[in-house]
This record gives sequence, C-alpha cells and structure tokens, in this order.
Amino acid sequence: MSDPWFSSPADVTARLGAVGYLADQATATTAYLAGALEKPLLVEGPAGVGKTELAKAVSRATGAGLVRLQCYEGLDEARALYEWNYKKQLLRIQASQGVEWDDAHDDIFSEEFLLTRPLLTAIRREDPTVLLVDEVDKTDVEVEGLLLEVLSDFQVTIPELGTVEAVRRPFVILTSNASRELSEAVKRRCLYLHLDYPTAEREREIVVSQVPDLPDKVATQLVSVVARLRELELKKAPSIAESVDWARTLIALEIHDLDAKAIDDTLGVVLKHASDTQRAVRELRLDKREGRER
Amino acid sequence: MSGLLDRHIAFLEALRGAGLPVSLAEDLDAVTALGALGWSSRTQVRDAYAATLVKKQALRPTFDALFELYFPRLIGEGARAEGDLTTDDDTAGPRDTPQALNDFRDQLAEALEAGDADRLRRLAAEAVGRFGAMPGRGPGLSSWSSYTALRRVAPGELVGRLIDGLRVAGWGEEEAERAANRRIGAFTGLVESDARRRIAEEKGPDHVATVTLRPSVERLDFLSARRADLEEMRREIYPLARRLATRLTQEHHSRRRGPLDFRRTVRASMSTGGVPVATYHRPKRPHRTELVVLCDVSGSVANFAQFTLMLVFALREAFGGVRAFTFVDDVHEVTGYFRPGADLADTMTELAAASAHAARFGRTNYGRAFDVFAERHLDALGPRSSLLILGDARSNYSDSNVATLRQLAGRSRRSWWLNPEHRRQWDTGDSVASRYAAVVPMSECRNLTQLGQFVHDVAR
Repeated sequence: MSDPWFSSPADVTARLGAVGYLADQATATTAYLAGALEKPLLVEGPAGVGKTELAKAVSRATGAGLVRLQCYEGLDEARALYEWNYKKQLLRIQASQGVEWDDAHDDIFSEEFLLTRPLLTAIRREDPTVLLVDEVDKTDVEVEGLLLEVLSDFQVTIPELGTVEAVRRPFVILTSNASRELSEAVKRRCLYLHLDYPTAEREREIVVSQVPDLPDKVATQLVSVVARLRELELKKAPSIAESVDWARTLIALEIHDLDAKAIDDTLGVVLKHASDTQRAVRELRLDKREGRER
Repeated sequence: MSGLLDRHIAFLEALRGAGLPVSLAEDLDAVTALGALGWSSRTQVRDAYAATLVKKQALRPTFDALFELYFPRLIGEGARAEGDLTTDDDTAGPRDTPQALNDFRDQLAEALEAGDADRLRRLAAEAVGRFGAMPGRGPGLSSWSSYTALRRVAPGELVGRLIDGLRVAGWGEEEAERAANRRIGAFTGLVESDARRRIAEEKGPDHVATVTLRPSVERLDFLSARRADLEEMRREIYPLARRLATRLTQEHHSRRRGPLDFRRTVRASMSTGGVPVATYHRPKRPHRTELVVLCDVSGSVANFAQFTLMLVFALREAFGGVRAFTFVDDVHEVTGYFRPGADLADTMTELAAASAHAARFGRTNYGRAFDVFAERHLDALGPRSSLLILGDARSNYSDSNVATLRQLAGRSRRSWWLNPEHRRQWDTGDSVASRYAAVVPMSECRNLTQLGQFVHDVAR
C-alpha cells in the first residue's frame, strides 16, 4: 500500500495552511478521512467558497499531480473516460491494404490508438494523483452511472483491452453547486462535506493571506462589510473569491479607508445583480447618514 | 466498548427514523472513519459522522439535533468551570430568584450583542437548568421544560435592546433587525436543544428522538410554520427556483432531439472519411405554458400563496407568461408587483400590503371571488393558458359557486388546485374541497418539497 495522504486532521490543517489554504476543522477532518479511507470526497456549497481550490491545495500540499475533469451538460464517455482515435484508425486501415483482418483488428485497438480522457488518465498514473471532478451537478444523469465504476472500484473497463485497474488510488474530489440532487448511488460512495461562508475571523485570515499588502484596518472593515452584505437577503451573496477580489481592487485603487464612498464606488466587484446593489446601497446609505449625525 | 456500539447503532436507527437515508455501507464507512480518527475529540466524531452519513445539507440540522441527544456535550449541569456564572451557587439558596433572572437577562443581552456562540451555549444550558426545572412524575425525579425557561427569560423582549445595541455599533436598521431576530431564534434553538438533552438523559434518547424533533424546513407544513421557520423558508425559495430552473433547462435540452439535421451530419462526417460517426439533430420547438394564478390570501393561507407566487415568478422564464390575482372576497391583480430582476424581499412586503385590496368584507368567499374574476378578468383565460388556484377551499359556508368555476376551468387548457391542508382535513368544517375537486383536479401541497415538485411538473 502506498504511503497515506495525511497523518492526522491537524496535519491536513498545517500542510494546507502552508500552501495558502486555510481549512476549518470540519474540512480538515473530512479531507483526512478521504485520504485515510481512500474514498471520494463530495464537496457542496455556494459558488466561490473554495471548493475547487481545496482540490488544488491538496495537490500542492502533497506534491501530487492534478487531473481535472470539468463537467458540463452533454459530457459523455468519449470525453470523460477514453476514446478511440477513429481518424488514425482509418488511416491505419487504409495504409495497410491487403493485411488480414485479424492482424488489423489487433493492431488498431491497441494503446497507440487510445485517447485517454481525465478519468482514465487519473487511474493509470503511477505518481500520486488528485482527481478533481468539477461541478458534477452540471452533467446528465447518465454520466453519474459512468462515474460509479470509477469511484467505487477505481477501475475502467475497455471492451477491447480489458479492465484497467488503478495502480495507485487517486485522491478524488467532486464539487457540486447543488443545482441538482445527485443520485443516491453516487452520494453513498462518497464522503460529504458542505463548505459554507466562513466566520469573520477566518475570512479575514484568508483575505490577508491572499492579499498580504492589505492594511489590517481595511481588512477588518472589508470583512465586516461582506459579513453584513451576507446578512441581507441578496440574490447572490458575495463569495470568498469576491472578497479577495475586492481586497485586490482596493489595493489597485490605493484606497486606505473603506468608507461609504469607497464602498459605493467599488461595490460592483462583490455584487453582480442590479437589485442587490440597490438594496445594499440603501442599507449602507443609512449608515452614512447616521455617521454624520454622530 | 459494547456500550459504544449500542449507542452507535441506536444513533443510526434514530437518524433513519428522522428520515435520513443511512445505508449499511455508510454505517460501515462511519465505523471505519471513527476507527481512523479515534474518539478523543467530540467535534471530530461529529465531523466524521457527518461526512459519512449526511449527504444532504438540508438534513444537517436534524443530524445535529440527534447528535446532541446521543452524544451530549455535557451531562447534567456539566463541569461548572465558568466562575462568572455561578457566583450564587455557594449560598445554597433558591437559584431561581427575580434577582438572578435580571442578572441572567443582562448577561444574555450582552452575549447576544457580541454574538458570542460559546457563551450563548453556556447561557442556554444555564437557562434550562435554572428557570426550566419542573417537578418530575415521581419523587426525586425532575424534568425540564424549554417552554417554561423561555417564558421566564423571554428573549423575545430583548429584541429592541439588541437592535439598539447593534445600531450603535454601526449596523443599518433593517439588517440590525434581521440579525437580532436571527440571533434570538438561534438562542431559542439552543435552549430547546439543551432541554431535549436533559430529558434524554433521564428518559433515554430514543424516547426524545421520536417525540420532539421537528422536520427539516423543506418538509415543514406551511400552515404550522412558526415565524422563524417562515423566514428560513423564504430564504429557501430563491435557491429552490434556481435548482428547478437548471433542472428544467436540462430536461428541455435532453428532449430537444428533433428530426435529423442532414446537412450538419454530412458536414461532420467529412472528418471521419465520410463515415457519419455522430449524428446531429434540429432542436425541437419548446412548448411554453401561459399561467394564470388565482390565490386566496386570507389569514393562514397567505404564506402559502406568497411562497407559491414567489416561486412561480422566479421561474417566469420557463413559462410563456404569468398573470397573478389575489382574492379574499374581491379580486386584485398583482402581476405588476413582480418586476423582472426585482428584489425578492421588497416584493414580498409590497405584496403583503396589496392583499388589503383583495378584501371587501374581509371574510373569504370563494363563490364571490370566482364571480368577480369571471366578470372582470375572463380575458386572461384562453385556450393557451393554464389556471392554477391556490387555497384551502374554506368559504365560510357561503355559496360555493361551482358553476362559475366550471366555466373558468372550461375556458383554459388545463387547470389545477393546490390545497395547503392535509388531505384528511378536506371537507371538514366549512371546507368544500371535494366539490371543487370534482371540477378542478385538486392536490395537496403542504411543504416546499411538494411545491417544488408541482411547479416543476407544470413547467415541464
């Protein structure tokens, strides 16, 4: 058996922290379990809370290669698992006119004509691998069936070549925005982690670690404004990624104090709906007026 | 060790009883996970159970409540290490005095304002221990009541104080109010959970698990929801609409394979030497429903009508057009309140204010409402439109006017009636559900799950 991914949840926190991903306790415990039990990890949560980043961080922290399968509607076996290189096969047949069929058959269904796609690639790699299946909920239901064999047994069956088994089990992370319920079968095979917006302290640490130039005072102001924006009933609450973007914007514009005017000017970075902006401005205006009275 | 296994199995049984689909494979995973982690840290045990058993976030509150029961944070009063809360313990006097209550409420207000979760949890335990004690059934037994504790402490009365405190700290009025209500709701939840924990200690967790757990938001009845639940449900509407919209587009796309697109297929076969490896199809023209919603906004049914309207309008792209009318005993068109892209919370407020227009005498009268609708808005219904009626069919013993309803239903392509009451309550009292159901197919729609399913089927 290959060496374990992590030695304890505390080890996860430390090593992910070293590569710039601040994991909370639940994340650390679950990531440790995913490594220890060698089970896929299904991460759900709103957009922009660091689901994909978790996979990248695990790959950086463990020095494993990252293989990514981006899911989309209409994704099929040919683009997820493997495909035969038809054009090359046709050329091969045309080039070898007169060869017996049996020879040609053996020839064109060999490694040379196989195009491996992410799932097969991840399984065949001999080095440690992190397999990221991004936005699983975007695929059609049929693709989930395809994932089942890969996720439970880490093997792929190619009729012409036989069954390919994983040399070394990859660390699998699936991400989902929960826009569709995944099937029970997939969920049963995975560990589950729900990532949510972080607490103010943790978010502040994240922002500061991502944007080290940000003055402490502005960071505190920024995090508190973002937390308050999330309290409002917005169509799209600002994500961690967006608060980091906001911090970068403030640096670029050389704003050293996040007052009502600065918020007004740069609110577009965090809020992407007109009605959300109106609502936020209305709430924050109230503050400004009060501020003047005091 | 055997005690631990029993507890583990009882916990899993309770989870299944509460509606979590826990399979045997997941059970084994949980055991393996705990073997890898050890039992040294309670939060790690909880995280391990959650990662292996709970695969849906909506079920997480149920899981947390049960975990609190089967693996309580502390036993009895716990180790009372916090000196600041236990000053009058040594005096051995009655612990529940007016003075103590005042002190306690001051501390609570402080903790609520700071949003200090740890301290709130300690205070919740103290509130139950001190103010929620009740004499038990037998001598020497005691019991605990979250209701008594909450009535004594009355955290609801602290809302005003909390809002003022937050506003001084620089919060806006609306958001301070929301935050205050949320924090007090959370404290109430803590107190309830602590009372459950104590009762579980006396009577065994299995007893409590079957009696006191509330269903998750998605399965909560519209009619029995409390105010805090309604808030939470409202927050669920937009994500629900988004999920439904994604599902609908996916389904539309998967069924859009129309006739073969010969030109594209031949063109694509060029790259494979004239062999048509992949075929291409023309898209199908989607059929879109024009929806007319007629909803009862009186009293208790109002929430249900609002949720449905919000959901229907959030999905307006899936329909050819939507018109909405509200009624109590008069009819009022509310389509105008739903502007595309408008703020959901604002719309709700406007809608609530507008429901006054729908009432004349203020008593629900379905018969009259149908008449008025047929008189003024009959042009809204046509062969391309579908009629959706929302209401409990309780018409205060007035003329039910089935004939007009039949006329309305006859004009439209399809019609449905959604009734937020449990089927067994239909036809009780002044309900004339089955008389209407004979004309318009009526289905029961009591919670968000049922509502989402229905709207999805209509839009398909």
